[in-house]
Amino acid sequence: MTATTATVEADRGHRPIGRALWARLWPMTAALVIALTLWQLVAWSGFRPDYVLPDPLAVGKDLADRLGGTELWHAIGTTMRRAAVGFTLSILVGTLVGLAVVKSRVLRTAVGSLITGLQTMPSIAWFPLAILLFQLSEQAILFVVVLGAAPSIANGLISGIDDLSPQLLRAARVLGAKGVSLYTSVVMPAALPAYLAGLKQGWAFAWRSLMAGELLVVIANRPALGTDLHFAREFSDAPRLIATMIVILVIGMIVDGIFATIANGVRRRRGLGALPL
Amino acid sequence: MTTLTAARTAIRVRGLIKSFGHGRGHTVALGGLDLDVAEGQFLCLLGRSGCGKSTLLNVLAQLDEPTAGSVDLGGRKVAMMFQDATLFPWLTAGGNIALALRLAGVPRSQRSARVAELLELAHLGGLQQKRPHELSGGMRQRVALVRALAQDASVLLMDEPFGALDAMTRDVLHDELERIWRERRLTVVFVTHNVREAVRLGDRVLLMAPSPGRVDAELDVDVPRPRRIDSPEVGERARRLTDQLQAQGSMT
Ligand SMILES: Nc1ncnc2c1ncn2[C@@H]1O[C@H](COP(=O)(O)OP(=O)(O)OP(=O)(O)O)[C@@H](O)[C@H]1O
Ligand SMILES: [Mg+2]
Repeated sequence: MTATTATVEADRGHRPIGRALWARLWPMTAALVIALTLWQLVAWSGFRPDYVLPDPLAVGKDLADRLGGTELWHAIGTTMRRAAVGFTLSILVGTLVGLAVVKSRVLRTAVGSLITGLQTMPSIAWFPLAILLFQLSEQAILFVVVLGAAPSIANGLISGIDDLSPQLLRAARVLGAKGVSLYTSVVMPAALPAYLAGLKQGWAFAWRSLMAGELLVVIANRPALGTDLHFAREFSDAPRLIATMIVILVIGMIVDGIFATIANGVRRRRGLGALPL
Repeated sequence: MTTLTAARTAIRVRGLIKSFGHGRGHTVALGGLDLDVAEGQFLCLLGRSGCGKSTLLNVLAQLDEPTAGSVDLGGRKVAMMFQDATLFPWLTAGGNIALALRLAGVPRSQRSARVAELLELAHLGGLQQKRPHELSGGMRQRVALVRALAQDASVLLMDEPFGALDAMTRDVLHDELERIWRERRLTVVFVTHNVREAVRLGDRVLLMAPSPGRVDAELDVDVPRPRRIDSPEVGERARRLTDQLQAQGSMT
């Protein structure tokens, strides 16, 4: 009896990686197969001509060709570099603004609701101004990416700190934590799950803003994923258009998945979300 | 000479009033409380639920401002163990204790040895790497106790610390606590609902009464140490206190 329980426990502790991966992979595979089938059916139905709505095979072939070449990888490189710079800057700005708002009552009243307002503002609405300010340049894109992502990051941090349990704060005070040590040893770790949620959302906004930016701000001789969408439409190259969209979707999902994995790990280590609903 | 007598009082409370809220939801948790705790004294607080025991400890620990009155601890360092274990969920049991040591200024090189030593004290040897949610309620309380001891303060406030323990572990921890209290010459304020526990541990037991919170009666426990919680002397005093508590209940 005891032996059985022990094996069950051990099983749950170190589930074989293969089985864990399979448990996550099969629903995704199924969804993918269903989506491709639907797409194929719509393509066959003749709802739109081939050169406007190609079937999955044509797109797959285009994608495979370009993955074998260098141009697509150049485009991915440029876009990811912009994403990295923009997101890093967003983290910096969002974190500093979040901390400042938490610390100062005046600032909170002044910009607290503005931050949420900025979050709901479509980033594409910033581009005309950004282009006036910075012309068609890297800075224009960066500007909009940061404006898109930083508010979410700031809000995540603010709500994490606002929801800090007063009991934990009391415990920290009694232990003698104050000033910087209060922040580094208690406030920031306690706010980490909400901060990570803010980062995850911030990434989604950064990625959207970046794609909008690359569509509008086309810099000569610098291939990028959004720019590629622009040219594919110009040349009415539907397979290329859809193939690039798939690349954009997959990159967005991979990065989001990384954030989700980190956030879930943090929550699990704290015993959060251990019970099924 | 006067400074000497002054130094003998570790905690001096005068006319302490603490109220919460305004208007209709207004509660007077403590209504004009006077209290002196001598240095090195083990004081136990007994009283019904809601009579202001936790409120008093919070004010003593300077976590809450008194509404009126004064609290003087002569600059002594205070450690506190809360009613609900307030371990930091992102740290392991050992990490929680190490943090207390770090904030108390113990150099890094000595911390890990101290952590192991302190955990051993509360019979938590193998649990250093466990996170709070992986521990039982009683284990969490013991880790919280160890964390309070790690602060190396001279005043130790404890709010129903052994409520979730089985009788055997509790007896062991009573012995340990008594030994540490002696060795470190701590001043202890210990809140409990268990009358026998109060008599087993305390030099002095205060009976508090509710609405508003105040000291209703007190007893000097003249039973020589070492005491046993099941000894007839402890039982006899516990019975007297229980009678007093019950009389208090029939008045309201
Ligand atoms: N933050 C608060 N806001 C409003 N009322 C409070 C607050 N804290 C305590 N009270 C009130 O003060 C009174 C005393 O509470 P306290 O927690 O000190 O009781 P206690 O003696 O510790 O009770 P228990 O034995 O149940 O722990 C109660 O009536 C409670 O409702
Ligand atoms: Mg209480």
